[in-house]
Amino acid sequence: MNRIESAFANKPIFMPYFPLGYPDLETSIDVIKALAKNGADLIEVGLSFSDPLADGPVIQHATQIALEKGITVKKSLEAVKELRKRGVDIPLILMGYYNPMLAYGLEKFVRDAAEAGADGFIIPDLPAEESEEFEKVIGDLPLIRMLAPTSSTDRMERIARSAEGFIYLVSVTGITGERKSLAEGLGELIAQVREHTSAPVCVGFGIGTPEQAREVGKMADGVIVGSACVKTIGGSEKPVETAGEFARSFREALR
Amino acid sequence: MTLLPTKFGPYGGQFVPETLMPALIELEEAFVSAKADVQFQNEFNKLMASFVGRPTPLTYAKRLSEKLGGAQIYLKREDLAHTGAHKINNALGQALLVKRMGKQRIVAETGAGQHGVASATAAALLGLECVVYMGEVDIARQEPNVFRMKLLGAEVRPVSSGTKTLKDAINEAIRDWVTNVRDTHYLLGSALGPHPYPTIVREFQSVIGTEAREQMLLEVGRLPDTVIACVGGGSNAIGVFSGFVNDEQVELIGVEAGGSGIETGKHAARFGDPSKGRVGVIHGTRTYVLQDEDGQIAETHSVSAGLDYAAVGPEHALMRDNERAFYTSATDTEALDAFQTLCHTEGIIPALESSHAVAEVIKRAPKMRKDEIILVNLSGRGDKDLNTVIKELGGSEK
Repeated sequence: MNRIESAFANKPIFMPYFPLGYPDLETSIDVIKALAKNGADLIEVGLSFSDPLADGPVIQHATQIALEKGITVKKSLEAVKELRKRGVDIPLILMGYYNPMLAYGLEKFVRDAAEAGADGFIIPDLPAEESEEFEKVIGDLPLIRMLAPTSSTDRMERIARSAEGFIYLVSVTGITGERKSLAEGLGELIAQVREHTSAPVCVGFGIGTPEQAREVGKMADGVIVGSACVKTIGGSEKPVETAGEFARSFREALR
Repeated sequence: MTLLPTKFGPYGGQFVPETLMPALIELEEAFVSAKADVQFQNEFNKLMASFVGRPTPLTYAKRLSEKLGGAQIYLKREDLAHTGAHKINNALGQALLVKRMGKQRIVAETGAGQHGVASATAAALLGLECVVYMGEVDIARQEPNVFRMKLLGAEVRPVSSGTKTLKDAINEAIRDWVTNVRDTHYLLGSALGPHPYPTIVREFQSVIGTEAREQMLLEVGRLPDTVIACVGGGSNAIGVFSGFVNDEQVELIGVEAGGSGIETGKHAARFGDPSKGRVGVIHGTRTYVLQDEDGQIAETHSVSAGLDYAAVGPEHALMRDNERAFYTSATDTEALDAFQTLCHTEGIIPALESSHAVAEVIKRAPKMRKDEIILVNLSGRGDKDLNTVIKELGGSEK
């Protein structure tokens, strides 16, 4: 069983997102470790990009700061290696936009990511139509498939069928960021996806509170929390401690 | 799977979040069916004539030709199209598609403001809600166009993220689109972005090349030797080039923004600076992009807001690779000189974007014979640029 499969042994899982290099590289490593030690089952490790067009203001701001502080793809991969060295043993999925990966060199990127100890990739601007080039070089690690409320039935079927690892279901039509309430019809959407795949279905975008996570956790196999995680931890004077509290509160809600 | 090819050789494609894929598919279907629909074509052509004022004239630039002492120069007068630039051709075409798809709201990005004005105009004409995203830097330097958009009933939303120019306005327009995709169309203004945009925009702009070719044959009696156009995203260039692309003897020249000079690093010459201009993916398409070693999109500079963008349309990337078109650049200073020259010799105030094309004419024409012909696409008029020009020239007008 690989790390991702093991992580789904106890569902629903808690899956926070945090970008490497924010508020600085060393703190981000400590934050991710604290999330892992306090209840995160899988972490989406963010790679920064100058033009994150699927992201709302919180993640835009955080990744912009990370870039200003000098984060690069290379430093991000070294940080993943460092996290493994420090005993983080849950799955770490690299989430980033396509261009920095292309600039690094796709084959080299995938090889170095695997060597560093990453478990998979999420690339929001790489839909199924364009993923062949990446899949040719990807080796054993999964490219996590994304589905959206706007995906037609035949797309859902086609994409879900080829899913590896888990499905990342975008809960709202929109960009990342907290919403006051959960998307209507989320239960039906999840049920629709499940018709086409036995892979775990994880829901992200718009989930910001433990209460919302609990609701989603009743329907989905995993709950992804990005902007709320970044905002809470980034706004704290003691980010590492806050990360621990944040993870515990969501872990508790999902029990 | 798709109805039309999504790529131009290795360039183009659809690098967008899954949420937007169905909207791109819907748009492609609407475009393909509209293209085959005589009624749609008639409606478009009728508006092009009665509302836009097409065909735009071909003007012989007699005094400029004499001054330069070489090739004879003809201007395709897109500056005389309604709203003052070629942008209206595409804006109206897409707005008709919006009606066809049953959507009620459009979002658009704008750099120089010309596409924003064209979108606001099309929206007013067809009764659509219109939101235009514009970088704060561009709002400051293209103030008259901001007022025009508001007068036309559009909401102008300032963009303060990133470099506060066109690139960031596109990011915000895409974020709005992805949020409101069910009732909103993204009216993209250049031959950029994910498929089918580069193809749609070229088709709606091809009217420039089609008219210009007919006018050359009818009014001058032969085709030009050289066609020159400025290239930001590249919609006016692809529009005029499309009329001559099959005439192998006609040389096609695109002019990028050389800014303060390629060597200064402050420019928007994607093809002109191999140290930063490399193939990458931005705003849904694979093309030449100005970027750093880590794949972060570079800041750009040009005196003209409409050319101040880090990527070039994917079809231009292919035309450059297979040498069907050649690309060069003009600096801010060269463009400002050309701006003044055209004002003085022809009584035409060109847009600063178009002035880059004129700058290339000034370099090239003297080296050509008097029986040779250059056609330059004068993509827009320069009223919007007066503030910038006053500031740049600082009272040192020739």
